[in-house]
Amino acid sequence: MTGARVSVRRIEPVALSAVWIREWIVFVYYWRTRTFAAVVEPVIMLVAFGFGFGKLVSHVEGIPYIQFVGTGAVATAVLFSAVFSAMFDSLYKRRYQRVYDAMLSAPVDVDEIVTGEVLFLGMRAGVYGVAPLLVAFCFGLPPAPAMLLVPFVGVLTGVGFAALGMLFSAAATTFDDLSYVISGVITPLFLVAGTFFPLNRLPDWLRTAALFNPLYHCVELVRHCAFGLRPGADIVHVGALALFAVLAWRLAVWRTRGRLIL
Amino acid sequence: MDGVVKRFGSVLALNGLELKVPSGICYGLLGPNGAGKSTAMRILTGQAVADEGRTRVLGFDLPAESKLARARMGVCPQEGNLDVDLRVRDVLSVFARLYRVPPRERDAAVERALVLAGLQARATERAVVLSGGMQRRLLIARALIHQPDLVLLDEPTVGLDPQIRTELWSLILSLREQGATVLMSTHYIEEAERLADRVAIMSAGRVVAEGTPGELVRSHAGREVVDVQGSVAELRALSESARAAGLPIRQSGPALTYLRAEDADGRVPDGRRRAATLEDVFVHLTGDYVE
Repeated sequence: MTGARVSVRRIEPVALSAVWIREWIVFVYYWRTRTFAAVVEPVIMLVAFGFGFGKLVSHVEGIPYIQFVGTGAVATAVLFSAVFSAMFDSLYKRRYQRVYDAMLSAPVDVDEIVTGEVLFLGMRAGVYGVAPLLVAFCFGLPPAPAMLLVPFVGVLTGVGFAALGMLFSAAATTFDDLSYVISGVITPLFLVAGTFFPLNRLPDWLRTAALFNPLYHCVELVRHCAFGLRPGADIVHVGALALFAVLAWRLAVWRTRGRLIL
Repeated sequence: MDGVVKRFGSVLALNGLELKVPSGICYGLLGPNGAGKSTAMRILTGQAVADEGRTRVLGFDLPAESKLARARMGVCPQEGNLDVDLRVRDVLSVFARLYRVPPRERDAAVERALVLAGLQARATERAVVLSGGMQRRLLIARALIHQPDLVLLDEPTVGLDPQIRTELWSLILSLREQGATVLMSTHYIEEAERLADRVAIMSAGRVVAEGTPGELVRSHAGREVVDVQGSVAELRALSESARAAGLPIRQSGPALTYLRAEDADGRVPDGRRRAATLEDVFVHLTGDYVE
Protein backbone atom coordinates (compact mmCIF):
# COMPACT_ATOMS: atom_id res chain seq x y z
CA MET A 1 0.00 0.00 0.00
CA THR A 2 1.26 3.40 -0.91
CA GLY A 3 0.19 5.28 2.21
CA ALA A 4 -2.03 7.73 0.33
CA ARG A 5 -4.47 9.51 2.60
CA VAL A 6 -8.13 8.86 2.16
CA SER A 7 -10.96 10.40 4.08
CA VAL A 8 -14.63 9.50 4.27
CA ARG A 9 -15.62 12.95 3.06
CA ARG A 10 -17.92 12.65 0.07
CA ILE A 11 -16.05 15.06 -2.16
CA GLU A 12 -12.28 15.05 -1.97
CA PRO A 13 -10.25 17.19 -4.39
CA VAL A 14 -7.86 14.33 -5.16
CA ALA A 15 -10.69 12.04 -6.29
CA LEU A 16 -12.39 14.87 -8.15
CA SER A 17 -9.22 15.64 -10.06
CA ALA A 18 -8.74 11.96 -10.94
CA VAL A 19 -12.24 11.89 -12.46
CA TRP A 20 -11.62 15.17 -14.25
CA ILE A 21 -8.31 13.96 -15.66
CA ARG A 22 -9.92 10.76 -16.90
CA GLU A 23 -12.36 12.92 -18.86
CA TRP A 24 -9.47 14.98 -20.14
CA ILE A 25 -7.56 11.89 -21.34
CA VAL A 26 -10.65 10.67 -23.19
CA PHE A 27 -11.16 14.15 -24.63
CA VAL A 28 -7.61 14.22 -25.98
CA TYR A 29 -8.50 11.06 -27.98
CA TYR A 30 -11.68 12.48 -29.42
CA TRP A 31 -11.26 16.24 -29.39
CA ARG A 32 -11.55 16.60 -33.17
CA THR A 33 -14.96 14.98 -33.53
CA ARG A 34 -16.28 16.47 -30.29
CA THR A 35 -15.14 19.94 -31.18
CA PHE A 36 -16.41 19.71 -34.74
CA ALA A 37 -19.90 18.76 -33.60
CA ALA A 38 -20.04 21.29 -30.79
CA VAL A 39 -18.72 24.24 -32.74
CA VAL A 40 -19.89 23.73 -36.30
CA GLU A 41 -23.57 23.20 -35.49
CA PRO A 42 -24.18 26.56 -33.77
CA VAL A 43 -22.04 28.29 -36.36
CA ILE A 44 -24.11 26.86 -39.23
CA MET A 45 -27.25 27.87 -37.38
CA LEU A 46 -25.90 31.35 -36.90
CA VAL A 47 -24.94 31.74 -40.53
CA ALA A 48 -28.23 30.28 -41.81
CA PHE A 49 -30.45 32.38 -39.53
CA GLY A 50 -28.24 35.41 -39.83
CA PHE A 51 -28.35 35.45 -43.62
CA GLY A 52 -31.84 34.02 -43.98
CA PHE A 53 -33.76 36.06 -41.41
CA GLY A 54 -31.22 38.82 -41.62
CA LYS A 55 -32.63 39.72 -45.01
CA LEU A 56 -36.15 40.04 -43.57
CA VAL A 57 -35.28 41.60 -40.25
CA SER A 58 -32.42 44.01 -40.25
CA HIS A 59 -32.41 44.97 -36.55
CA VAL A 60 -33.82 43.52 -33.35
CA GLU A 61 -33.87 45.69 -30.23
CA GLY A 62 -31.53 48.07 -32.03
CA ILE A 63 -28.95 45.34 -32.75
CA PRO A 64 -28.15 44.04 -36.28
CA TYR A 65 -29.92 40.68 -36.52
CA ILE A 66 -26.80 38.58 -37.18
CA GLN A 67 -25.17 40.04 -34.07
CA PHE A 68 -28.37 39.38 -32.12
CA VAL A 69 -28.32 35.73 -33.18
CA GLY A 70 -24.54 35.49 -32.84
CA THR A 71 -24.65 36.41 -29.17
CA GLY A 72 -27.70 34.22 -28.61
CA ALA A 73 -26.04 31.20 -30.28
CA VAL A 74 -23.39 31.15 -27.52
CA ALA A 75 -26.07 29.72 -25.26
CA THR A 76 -27.01 27.14 -27.89
CA ALA A 77 -23.39 25.99 -28.22
CA VAL A 78 -23.10 25.69 -24.43
CA LEU A 79 -26.39 23.81 -24.14
CA PHE A 80 -25.68 21.30 -26.88
CA SER A 81 -22.12 20.62 -25.88
CA ALA A 82 -22.96 20.11 -22.20
CA VAL A 83 -26.30 18.34 -22.25
CA PHE A 84 -25.76 15.86 -25.09
CA SER A 85 -22.37 14.68 -23.89
CA ALA A 86 -23.68 14.29 -20.38
CA MET A 87 -26.75 12.35 -21.51
CA PHE A 88 -25.25 9.97 -24.04
CA ASP A 89 -21.74 9.48 -22.71
CA SER A 90 -22.78 8.82 -19.17
CA LEU A 91 -25.50 6.36 -20.21
CA TYR A 92 -22.90 4.57 -22.33
CA LYS A 93 -20.40 4.57 -19.49
CA ARG A 94 -22.95 3.34 -16.99
CA ARG A 95 -24.78 0.69 -18.95
CA TYR A 96 -22.48 -0.57 -21.63
CA GLN A 97 -18.90 0.13 -20.61
CA ARG A 98 -19.58 -0.06 -16.88
CA VAL A 99 -16.85 2.47 -16.32
CA TYR A 100 -18.65 3.87 -13.28
CA ASP A 101 -18.72 0.45 -11.65
CA ALA A 102 -14.98 0.21 -12.19
CA MET A 103 -14.39 3.68 -10.76
CA LEU A 104 -16.53 2.96 -7.72
CA SER A 105 -14.36 0.02 -6.76
CA ALA A 106 -11.57 2.57 -6.23
CA PRO A 107 -11.82 5.10 -3.38
CA VAL A 108 -14.16 7.34 -5.37
CA ASP A 109 -17.81 8.05 -4.54
CA VAL A 110 -20.78 8.77 -6.79
CA ASP A 111 -20.69 12.43 -5.75
CA GLU A 112 -17.14 12.71 -6.99
CA ILE A 113 -17.85 10.99 -10.30
CA VAL A 114 -20.85 13.19 -11.05
CA THR A 115 -19.16 16.37 -9.86
CA GLY A 116 -15.90 15.70 -11.71
CA GLU A 117 -17.66 14.95 -14.98
CA VAL A 118 -20.06 17.88 -14.67
CA LEU A 119 -17.18 20.25 -14.00
CA PHE A 120 -15.26 18.94 -16.98
CA LEU A 121 -18.23 19.21 -19.33
CA GLY A 122 -19.11 22.65 -17.98
CA MET A 123 -15.61 23.96 -18.58
CA ARG A 124 -15.55 22.45 -22.05
CA ALA A 125 -18.92 24.03 -22.82
CA GLY A 126 -17.58 27.39 -21.67
CA VAL A 127 -14.80 27.11 -24.24
CA TYR A 128 -17.06 25.88 -27.05
CA GLY A 129 -19.52 28.65 -26.34
CA VAL A 130 -17.01 31.21 -27.52
CA ALA A 131 -17.11 29.89 -31.12
CA PRO A 132 -20.33 31.64 -32.26
CA LEU A 133 -19.04 34.87 -30.76
CA LEU A 134 -15.87 34.62 -32.84
CA VAL A 135 -17.99 34.06 -35.95
CA ALA A 136 -20.14 37.06 -35.03
CA PHE A 137 -16.96 39.16 -34.92
CA CYS A 138 -16.52 38.31 -38.60
CA PHE A 139 -20.02 39.72 -39.17
CA GLY A 140 -19.15 43.01 -37.57
CA LEU A 141 -19.88 42.42 -33.87
CA PRO A 142 -17.73 45.04 -32.14
CA PRO A 143 -15.48 43.50 -29.45
CA ALA A 144 -16.19 44.73 -25.91
CA PRO A 145 -14.14 44.18 -22.72
CA ALA A 146 -17.09 42.59 -20.89
CA MET A 147 -17.07 39.82 -23.49
CA LEU A 148 -14.17 38.32 -21.53
CA LEU A 149 -16.88 37.27 -19.06
CA VAL A 150 -18.65 35.15 -21.69
CA PRO A 151 -16.60 31.96 -21.04
CA PHE A 152 -17.49 32.21 -17.34
CA VAL A 153 -21.16 32.57 -18.16
CA GLY A 154 -20.68 29.53 -20.41
CA VAL A 155 -19.08 27.46 -17.65
CA LEU A 156 -21.83 28.33 -15.16
CA THR A 157 -24.54 27.48 -17.68
CA GLY A 158 -22.63 24.43 -18.90
CA VAL A 159 -22.26 22.98 -15.40
CA GLY A 160 -26.03 23.25 -14.93
CA PHE A 161 -26.87 21.60 -18.24
CA ALA A 162 -24.22 18.92 -17.86
CA ALA A 163 -25.77 18.07 -14.49
CA LEU A 164 -29.24 18.09 -16.07
CA GLY A 165 -27.93 15.75 -18.78
CA MET A 166 -26.54 13.38 -16.16
CA LEU A 167 -29.85 13.47 -14.34
CA PHE A 168 -31.70 12.49 -17.52
CA SER A 169 -29.11 9.85 -18.26
CA ALA A 170 -29.51 8.36 -14.80
CA ALA A 171 -33.28 8.32 -15.24
CA ALA A 172 -33.00 6.59 -18.62
CA THR A 173 -32.60 2.88 -19.20
CA THR A 174 -31.92 2.93 -22.93
CA PHE A 175 -30.78 5.47 -25.50
CA ASP A 176 -34.35 5.56 -26.83
CA ASP A 177 -35.56 6.95 -23.52
CA LEU A 178 -33.41 10.00 -24.13
CA SER A 179 -35.38 10.97 -27.23
CA TYR A 180 -38.32 11.93 -24.97
CA VAL A 181 -36.03 14.35 -23.23
CA ILE A 182 -34.61 15.77 -26.44
CA SER A 183 -38.02 16.50 -27.96
CA GLY A 184 -39.85 17.27 -24.74
CA VAL A 185 -37.28 19.29 -22.81
CA ILE A 186 -34.18 20.26 -24.75
CA THR A 187 -35.90 21.53 -27.91
CA PRO A 188 -38.38 23.83 -26.11
CA LEU A 189 -35.60 25.16 -23.87
CA PHE A 190 -33.51 25.88 -26.93
CA LEU A 191 -36.28 27.57 -28.92
CA VAL A 192 -37.84 29.70 -26.18
CA ALA A 193 -34.69 31.28 -24.81
CA GLY A 194 -34.55 34.47 -26.84
CA THR A 195 -31.82 33.17 -29.10
CA PHE A 196 -33.51 33.75 -32.46
CA PHE A 197 -36.25 36.19 -31.53
CA PRO A 198 -36.87 38.45 -28.56
CA LEU A 199 -39.29 37.07 -26.02
CA ASN A 200 -41.26 40.31 -25.54
CA ARG A 201 -43.54 39.52 -28.47
CA LEU A 202 -44.58 36.18 -26.99
CA PRO A 203 -47.87 35.71 -25.11
CA ASP A 204 -47.63 36.55 -21.41
CA TRP A 205 -47.79 32.95 -20.18
CA LEU A 206 -44.97 31.87 -22.47
CA ARG A 207 -42.87 34.84 -21.47
CA THR A 208 -43.34 33.97 -17.81
CA ALA A 209 -42.47 30.35 -18.54
CA ALA A 210 -39.30 31.48 -20.28
CA LEU A 211 -38.10 33.06 -17.02
CA PHE A 212 -37.74 29.52 -15.70
CA ASN A 213 -35.60 28.55 -18.67
CA PRO A 214 -31.96 28.69 -17.55
CA LEU A 215 -30.91 29.17 -21.14
CA TYR A 216 -32.82 32.46 -21.29
CA HIS A 217 -30.69 33.81 -18.44
CA CYS A 218 -27.55 32.73 -20.28
CA VAL A 219 -28.70 34.44 -23.50
CA GLU A 220 -29.44 37.65 -21.62
CA LEU A 221 -26.09 37.63 -19.83
CA VAL A 222 -24.13 37.06 -23.03
CA ARG A 223 -25.98 39.90 -24.80
CA HIS A 224 -25.31 42.19 -21.89
CA CYS A 225 -21.63 41.27 -22.01
CA ALA A 226 -21.63 42.23 -25.69
CA PHE A 227 -23.87 45.30 -25.68
CA GLY A 228 -23.58 46.68 -22.17
CA LEU A 229 -23.89 45.14 -18.70
CA ARG A 230 -26.96 45.84 -16.58
CA PRO A 231 -25.68 45.02 -13.08
CA GLY A 232 -29.07 44.82 -11.36
CA ALA A 233 -30.59 42.42 -13.88
CA ASP A 234 -27.36 40.52 -14.42
CA ILE A 235 -26.99 39.55 -10.77
CA VAL A 236 -30.46 38.02 -10.98
CA HIS A 237 -29.45 36.12 -14.14
CA VAL A 238 -26.27 34.81 -12.51
CA GLY A 239 -28.26 33.85 -9.41
CA ALA A 240 -30.81 31.98 -11.53
CA LEU A 241 -28.07 30.07 -13.36
CA ALA A 242 -26.28 29.24 -10.11
CA LEU A 243 -29.52 28.03 -8.51
CA PHE A 244 -30.23 25.87 -11.54
CA ALA A 245 -26.70 24.42 -11.50
CA VAL A 246 -26.82 23.51 -7.81
CA LEU A 247 -30.29 22.00 -8.09
CA ALA A 248 -29.46 19.96 -11.20
CA TRP A 249 -26.16 18.81 -9.66
CA ARG A 250 -27.76 17.57 -6.43
CA LEU A 251 -30.52 15.79 -8.35
CA ALA A 252 -27.98 14.22 -10.72
CA VAL A 253 -25.93 12.90 -7.79
CA TRP A 254 -29.04 11.56 -6.08
CA ARG A 255 -30.40 9.80 -9.16
CA THR A 256 -27.01 8.45 -10.26
CA ARG A 257 -26.38 7.06 -6.80
CA GLY A 258 -29.70 5.24 -7.00
CA ARG A 259 -28.52 3.63 -10.24
CA LEU A 260 -25.02 2.67 -9.18
CA ILE A 261 -25.35 1.68 -5.54
CA LEU A 262 -27.79 -1.22 -5.17
CA MET B 1 -19.70 -10.36 7.12
CA ASP B 2 -22.11 -11.15 9.88
CA GLY B 3 -25.76 -12.02 9.30
CA VAL B 4 -25.85 -10.05 6.06
CA VAL B 5 -29.22 -9.88 4.32
CA LYS B 6 -29.75 -8.27 0.93
CA ARG B 7 -33.03 -8.15 -0.97
CA PHE B 8 -33.62 -6.99 -4.53
CA GLY B 9 -37.37 -6.43 -4.59
CA SER B 10 -38.87 -9.79 -3.69
CA VAL B 11 -35.63 -11.69 -4.41
CA LEU B 12 -33.56 -12.58 -1.36
CA ALA B 13 -29.99 -12.44 -2.71
CA LEU B 14 -28.24 -12.86 0.63
CA ASN B 15 -30.00 -14.61 3.44
CA GLY B 16 -27.95 -14.12 6.59
CA LEU B 17 -24.49 -14.52 5.07
CA GLU B 18 -21.72 -15.28 7.55
CA LEU B 19 -18.23 -14.97 6.14
CA LYS B 20 -14.89 -14.50 7.84
CA VAL B 21 -11.78 -14.38 5.70
CA PRO B 22 -8.47 -14.74 7.57
CA SER B 23 -5.79 -12.41 6.25
CA GLY B 24 -2.94 -13.60 4.05
CA ILE B 25 -4.74 -16.52 2.46
CA CYS B 26 -6.56 -17.23 -0.75
CA TYR B 27 -10.21 -17.71 0.09
CA GLY B 28 -12.61 -19.28 -2.39
CA LEU B 29 -16.27 -18.41 -2.52
CA LEU B 30 -17.84 -21.28 -4.37
CA GLY B 31 -21.44 -21.48 -5.44
CA PRO B 32 -23.75 -22.00 -8.39
CA ASN B 33 -24.94 -19.04 -10.43
CA GLY B 34 -27.35 -16.97 -8.40
CA ALA B 35 -26.03 -18.16 -5.04
CA GLY B 36 -25.20 -14.58 -4.05
CA LYS B 37 -21.43 -14.49 -4.66
CA SER B 38 -21.46 -11.34 -6.76
CA THR B 39 -23.88 -9.61 -4.40
CA ALA B 40 -21.51 -10.38 -1.52
CA MET B 41 -18.65 -8.92 -3.57
CA ARG B 42 -20.67 -5.78 -4.35
CA ILE B 43 -21.40 -5.27 -0.67
CA LEU B 44 -17.69 -5.59 0.10
CA THR B 45 -16.90 -2.80 -2.39
CA GLY B 46 -19.73 -0.57 -1.16
CA GLN B 47 -21.59 -0.89 -4.46
CA ALA B 48 -24.49 -2.52 -2.72
CA VAL B 49 -25.74 -1.76 0.76
CA ALA B 50 -26.89 -4.61 2.97
CA ASP B 51 -30.42 -4.48 4.37
CA GLU B 52 -29.37 -6.20 7.58
CA GLY B 53 -26.23 -7.44 9.27
CA ARG B 54 -22.73 -6.09 9.73
CA THR B 55 -19.82 -5.96 7.32
CA ARG B 56 -16.23 -5.10 8.20
CA VAL B 57 -13.41 -5.03 5.67
CA LEU B 58 -9.77 -4.56 6.71
CA GLY B 59 -11.02 -3.14 10.01
CA PHE B 60 -13.41 -0.64 8.42
CA ASP B 61 -17.16 -0.64 8.97
CA LEU B 62 -19.22 -0.72 5.81
CA PRO B 63 -20.88 1.14 4.23
CA ALA B 64 -19.77 4.18 6.30
CA GLU B 65 -16.04 3.67 5.88
CA SER B 66 -16.21 1.91 2.56
CA LYS B 67 -14.01 4.46 0.85
CA LEU B 68 -11.19 3.84 3.33
CA ALA B 69 -11.50 0.12 2.76
CA ARG B 70 -11.55 0.54 -1.02
CA ALA B 71 -8.27 2.44 -0.92
CA ARG B 72 -6.61 -0.76 0.28
CA MET B 73 -8.58 -3.14 -1.90
CA GLY B 74 -8.22 -4.15 -5.53
CA VAL B 75 -11.25 -5.40 -7.40
CA CYS B 76 -11.41 -7.46 -10.57
CA PRO B 77 -15.04 -7.69 -11.59
CA GLN B 78 -16.80 -10.52 -13.31
CA GLU B 79 -18.09 -8.40 -16.15
CA GLY B 80 -15.28 -6.64 -17.92
CA ASN B 81 -15.50 -2.93 -17.22
CA LEU B 82 -12.36 -1.73 -18.91
CA ASP B 83 -12.26 1.70 -20.46
CA VAL B 84 -11.77 -0.11 -23.77
CA ASP B 85 -11.43 3.09 -25.82
CA LEU B 86 -8.32 4.05 -23.91
CA ARG B 87 -4.79 2.90 -24.56
CA VAL B 88 -3.51 0.23 -22.21
CA ARG B 89 -1.11 2.62 -20.49
CA ASP B 90 -3.85 5.24 -20.02
CA VAL B 91 -6.19 2.65 -18.47
CA LEU B 92 -3.52 1.99 -15.86
CA SER B 93 -2.55 5.61 -15.27
CA VAL B 94 -6.20 6.63 -14.81
CA PHE B 95 -6.59 3.97 -12.14
CA ALA B 96 -3.26 4.87 -10.54
CA ARG B 97 -4.83 8.30 -9.98
CA LEU B 98 -8.17 6.94 -8.85
CA TYR B 99 -6.36 4.67 -6.38
CA ARG B 100 -4.29 7.66 -5.24
CA VAL B 101 -0.86 6.36 -6.03
CA PRO B 102 1.32 9.40 -5.17
CA PRO B 103 2.44 11.32 -8.29
CA ARG B 104 6.12 10.39 -7.88
CA GLU B 105 5.33 6.67 -7.73
CA ARG B 106 2.75 6.70 -10.50
CA ASP B 107 4.99 5.94 -13.48
CA ALA B 108 6.68 3.10 -11.65
CA ALA B 109 3.28 1.69 -10.65
CA VAL B 110 2.07 1.77 -14.26
CA GLU B 111 5.26 0.04 -15.46
CA ARG B 112 4.95 -2.62 -12.78
CA ALA B 113 1.33 -3.25 -13.77
CA LEU B 114 2.28 -3.52 -17.45
CA VAL B 115 4.89 -6.15 -16.59
CA LEU B 116 2.43 -7.99 -14.38
CA ALA B 117 -0.11 -8.10 -17.21
CA GLY B 118 2.61 -9.00 -19.72
CA LEU B 119 1.47 -6.10 -21.86
CA GLN B 120 4.61 -3.96 -22.10
CA ALA B 121 4.68 -4.38 -25.86
CA ARG B 122 1.00 -3.42 -26.19
CA ALA B 123 1.08 -0.39 -23.89
CA THR B 124 0.15 2.11 -26.58
CA GLU B 125 -2.64 0.05 -28.13
CA ARG B 126 -6.28 0.57 -27.32
CA ALA B 127 -7.61 -1.94 -24.85
CA VAL B 128 -10.44 -2.84 -27.25
CA VAL B 129 -8.04 -4.62 -29.65
CA LEU B 130 -6.65 -6.92 -26.95
CA SER B 131 -7.77 -10.55 -26.79
CA GLY B 132 -10.14 -11.64 -24.02
CA GLY B 133 -7.28 -13.12 -22.00
CA MET B 134 -5.18 -9.97 -22.30
CA GLN B 135 -8.12 -7.79 -21.28
CA ARG B 136 -8.61 -9.95 -18.21
CA ARG B 137 -4.92 -9.67 -17.34
CA LEU B 138 -5.19 -5.92 -17.73
CA LEU B 139 -8.23 -5.88 -15.43
CA ILE B 140 -6.27 -7.77 -12.79
CA ALA B 141 -3.20 -5.55 -13.22
CA ARG B 142 -5.47 -2.51 -12.90
CA ALA B 143 -6.80 -3.87 -9.61
CA LEU B 144 -3.26 -4.32 -8.30
CA ILE B 145 -1.80 -0.98 -9.33
CA HIS B 146 -1.80 0.35 -5.76
CA GLN B 147 -0.49 -2.89 -4.23
CA PRO B 148 -3.64 -3.58 -2.22
CA ASP B 149 -3.83 -5.63 0.97
CA LEU B 150 -7.02 -7.36 -0.16
CA VAL B 151 -7.81 -8.46 -3.69
CA LEU B 152 -11.37 -9.35 -4.71
CA LEU B 153 -11.62 -11.47 -7.81
CA ASP B 154 -15.15 -12.10 -9.01
CA GLU B 155 -15.09 -15.15 -11.31
CA PRO B 156 -11.59 -14.27 -12.53
CA THR B 157 -11.33 -16.91 -15.25
CA VAL B 158 -14.89 -17.23 -16.50
CA GLY B 159 -15.04 -17.68 -20.25
CA LEU B 160 -11.27 -18.03 -20.77
CA ASP B 161 -9.45 -20.89 -22.44
CA PRO B 162 -7.44 -23.36 -20.32
CA GLN B 163 -3.97 -21.96 -21.08
CA ILE B 164 -4.97 -18.48 -20.00
CA ARG B 165 -6.74 -19.86 -17.00
CA THR B 166 -3.63 -21.61 -15.69
CA GLU B 167 -1.62 -18.48 -16.38
CA LEU B 168 -4.02 -16.44 -14.26
CA TRP B 169 -3.91 -19.05 -11.54
CA SER B 170 -0.16 -18.60 -11.16
CA LEU B 171 -0.72 -14.86 -11.04
CA ILE B 172 -3.29 -15.27 -8.25
CA LEU B 173 -1.00 -17.58 -6.29
CA SER B 174 1.86 -15.11 -6.60
CA LEU B 175 -0.37 -12.44 -5.04
CA ARG B 176 -0.90 -14.56 -1.98
CA GLU B 177 2.81 -15.27 -1.78
CA GLN B 178 3.42 -11.54 -1.68
CA GLY B 179 1.23 -11.32 1.40
CA ALA B 180 -2.07 -10.10 -0.01
CA THR B 181 -5.36 -11.62 1.01
CA VAL B 182 -7.27 -12.93 -1.98
CA LEU B 183 -11.03 -13.41 -1.94
CA MET B 184 -12.08 -15.15 -5.11
CA SER B 185 -15.55 -16.15 -6.17
CA THR B 186 -15.89 -18.91 -8.69
CA HIS B 187 -18.23 -21.56 -9.88
CA TYR B 188 -15.34 -23.64 -11.20
CA ILE B 189 -14.67 -26.25 -8.58
CA GLU B 190 -11.24 -27.02 -9.96
CA GLU B 191 -10.26 -23.39 -9.52
CA ALA B 192 -11.22 -23.38 -5.87
CA GLU B 193 -9.57 -26.76 -5.30
CA ARG B 194 -6.26 -25.63 -6.78
CA LEU B 195 -6.02 -22.11 -5.44
CA ALA B 196 -8.00 -21.71 -2.29
CA ASP B 197 -6.60 -22.32 1.17
CA ARG B 198 -10.13 -22.20 2.49
CA VAL B 199 -13.45 -22.44 0.73
CA ALA B 200 -16.97 -21.35 1.60
CA ILE B 201 -19.72 -23.04 -0.37
CA MET B 202 -22.68 -20.75 -0.91
CA SER B 203 -26.20 -21.66 -1.82
CA ALA B 204 -29.32 -19.49 -1.86
CA GLY B 205 -27.59 -16.53 -0.24
CA ARG B 206 -25.83 -18.22 2.65
CA VAL B 207 -22.76 -20.29 3.42
CA VAL B 208 -23.68 -23.96 3.64
CA ALA B 209 -20.18 -25.31 4.36
CA GLU B 210 -16.80 -23.83 5.14
CA GLY B 211 -13.27 -25.17 5.60
CA THR B 212 -10.14 -26.22 3.76
CA PRO B 213 -10.92 -28.16 0.58
CA GLY B 214 -9.58 -31.32 2.28
CA GLU B 215 -11.76 -30.85 5.37
CA LEU B 216 -14.82 -30.21 3.27
CA VAL B 217 -14.29 -33.34 1.22
CA ARG B 218 -13.67 -35.49 4.28
CA SER B 219 -16.60 -34.20 6.28
CA HIS B 220 -19.20 -34.11 3.49
CA ALA B 221 -18.14 -36.78 0.98
CA GLY B 222 -15.83 -39.06 2.97
CA ARG B 223 -12.78 -40.76 1.46
CA GLU B 224 -14.29 -42.63 -1.43
CA VAL B 225 -17.30 -42.37 -3.64
CA VAL B 226 -18.92 -44.72 -6.14
CA ASP B 227 -20.34 -43.62 -9.49
CA VAL B 228 -23.17 -45.85 -10.67
CA GLN B 229 -24.19 -45.58 -14.32
CA GLY B 230 -27.71 -46.32 -15.50
CA SER B 231 -30.75 -45.17 -17.44
CA VAL B 232 -32.75 -42.24 -16.18
CA ALA B 233 -35.41 -44.54 -14.78
CA GLU B 234 -32.87 -46.82 -13.09
CA LEU B 235 -31.10 -43.87 -11.53
CA ARG B 236 -34.35 -42.45 -10.27
CA ALA B 237 -35.19 -45.76 -8.61
CA LEU B 238 -31.70 -46.03 -7.14
CA SER B 239 -31.79 -42.52 -5.73
CA GLU B 240 -35.17 -43.16 -4.10
CA SER B 241 -33.93 -46.30 -2.41
CA ALA B 242 -30.68 -44.59 -1.39
CA ARG B 243 -32.66 -41.78 0.22
CA ALA B 244 -34.85 -44.28 2.01
CA ALA B 245 -31.73 -46.06 3.30
CA GLY B 246 -30.21 -42.73 4.39
CA LEU B 247 -27.23 -43.05 2.06
CA PRO B 248 -25.69 -39.72 0.98
CA ILE B 249 -25.83 -39.35 -2.80
CA ARG B 250 -25.49 -36.73 -5.47
CA GLN B 251 -26.57 -36.54 -9.09
CA SER B 252 -23.77 -36.41 -11.61
CA GLY B 253 -25.33 -36.29 -15.05
CA PRO B 254 -25.60 -39.84 -16.41
CA ALA B 255 -24.62 -41.35 -13.08
CA LEU B 256 -25.59 -41.38 -9.43
CA THR B 257 -22.71 -40.90 -7.02
CA TYR B 258 -22.76 -42.51 -3.59
CA LEU B 259 -20.73 -40.48 -1.11
CA ARG B 260 -18.86 -41.95 1.89
CA ALA B 261 -18.69 -45.29 0.15
CA GLU B 262 -16.24 -46.51 2.79
CA ASP B 263 -18.97 -46.28 5.46
CA ALA B 264 -21.72 -47.90 3.41
CA ASP B 265 -20.56 -51.47 4.02
CA GLY B 266 -21.87 -53.21 0.99
CA ARG B 267 -25.09 -51.21 0.61
CA VAL B 268 -23.72 -49.36 -2.42
CA PRO B 269 -24.43 -50.94 -5.84
CA ASP B 270 -21.53 -51.86 -8.12
CA GLY B 271 -19.90 -48.98 -9.89
CA ARG B 272 -16.70 -47.08 -10.37
CA ARG B 273 -14.98 -46.44 -7.06
CA ARG B 274 -12.83 -43.32 -6.84
CA ALA B 275 -11.48 -40.73 -4.38
CA ALA B 276 -13.99 -38.11 -3.23
CA THR B 277 -13.53 -34.59 -4.63
CA LEU B 278 -14.70 -31.10 -3.86
CA GLU B 279 -17.10 -31.38 -6.77
CA ASP B 280 -18.91 -34.20 -4.96
CA VAL B 281 -19.31 -31.95 -1.93
CA PHE B 282 -20.40 -28.99 -4.05
CA VAL B 283 -23.12 -30.82 -5.97
CA HIS B 284 -24.23 -32.68 -2.86
CA LEU B 285 -24.71 -29.41 -0.98
CA THR B 286 -26.02 -27.17 -3.74
CA GLY B 287 -27.53 -29.66 -6.17
CA ASP B 288 -31.17 -29.19 -5.18
CA TYR B 289 -30.85 -25.45 -5.37
CA VAL B 290 -32.52 -23.93 -8.38
CA GLU B 291 -31.71 -20.36 -9.34
